[in-house]
Amino acid sequence: MNGYESTILQAALLAAALMLTAAFLLAFLRLIRGPSVPDRVVALDLVAVLVVAAVAVQCIAADQPVLFDAALVLALVAFLGTVAFARYVERSGRDD
Amino acid sequence: MTTVILRTAARYLLPLMLLFSVFLVLRGHHEPGGGFVGGLVASSSVILYALASGVRDAAHLLRTDPRMLIGAGLLLALASGLLSFFGGQPFMTGQWVSLVLPGMGEIHVGTPLVFDVGVYLVVLGTVLTIILSLLEQ
Repeated sequence: MNGYESTILQAALLAAALMLTAAFLLAFLRLIRGPSVPDRVVALDLVAVLVVAAVAVQCIAADQPVLFDAALVLALVAFLGTVAFARYVERSGRDD
Repeated sequence: MTTVILRTAARYLLPLMLLFSVFLVLRGHHEPGGGFVGGLVASSSVILYALASGVRDAAHLLRTDPRMLIGAGLLLALASGLLSFFGGQPFMTGQWVSLVLPGMGEIHVGTPLVFDVGVYLVVLGTVLTIILSLLEQ
């Protein structure tokens, strides 16, 4: 990789990290303020997706391909957490 | 909670996650991965199936009581350690064999892999015993 490409890559990584930070902040805002439980569940799901993206960015920034597997596992398992939360929300709504 | 979307997604995700768990176990000795993570990924795939289609279907999918997996895994791990006695070496000394597979070249297979498979089964059995009995209530 020549210097020109590496400059572009560094700029892209920085931009991605900044945008991810903003997205994290907004998602946490919804997580704290969210008036209902489903709002918070969706916010948590969004945070999980953002963590996957952040791990991928870190994987490129640190040049460690091994980190990509962490993102893969997280993407597979975060979905499961949301499903479990949805089941809990549905069940508690039925009992009331 | 048994919607068509979730059931269809679970049917496609289950083999993917099981395949990935096997990949994690096979890679575990020299790179990140191993029996514990593989067992967790495999058990989450079965839990996903249980959430989508019900606990009874998931138990039917396993074909055996999850507690049997714990015993089988412990026995397998013990057997991998006992193998070193035949060479007059201390308990759990790694025994390695080189296999030449057509199309894959030479690979090293050893007792640590068998031990990892044992850990995989124990983790799978333990997590499924806990989660499936919690889901039943």
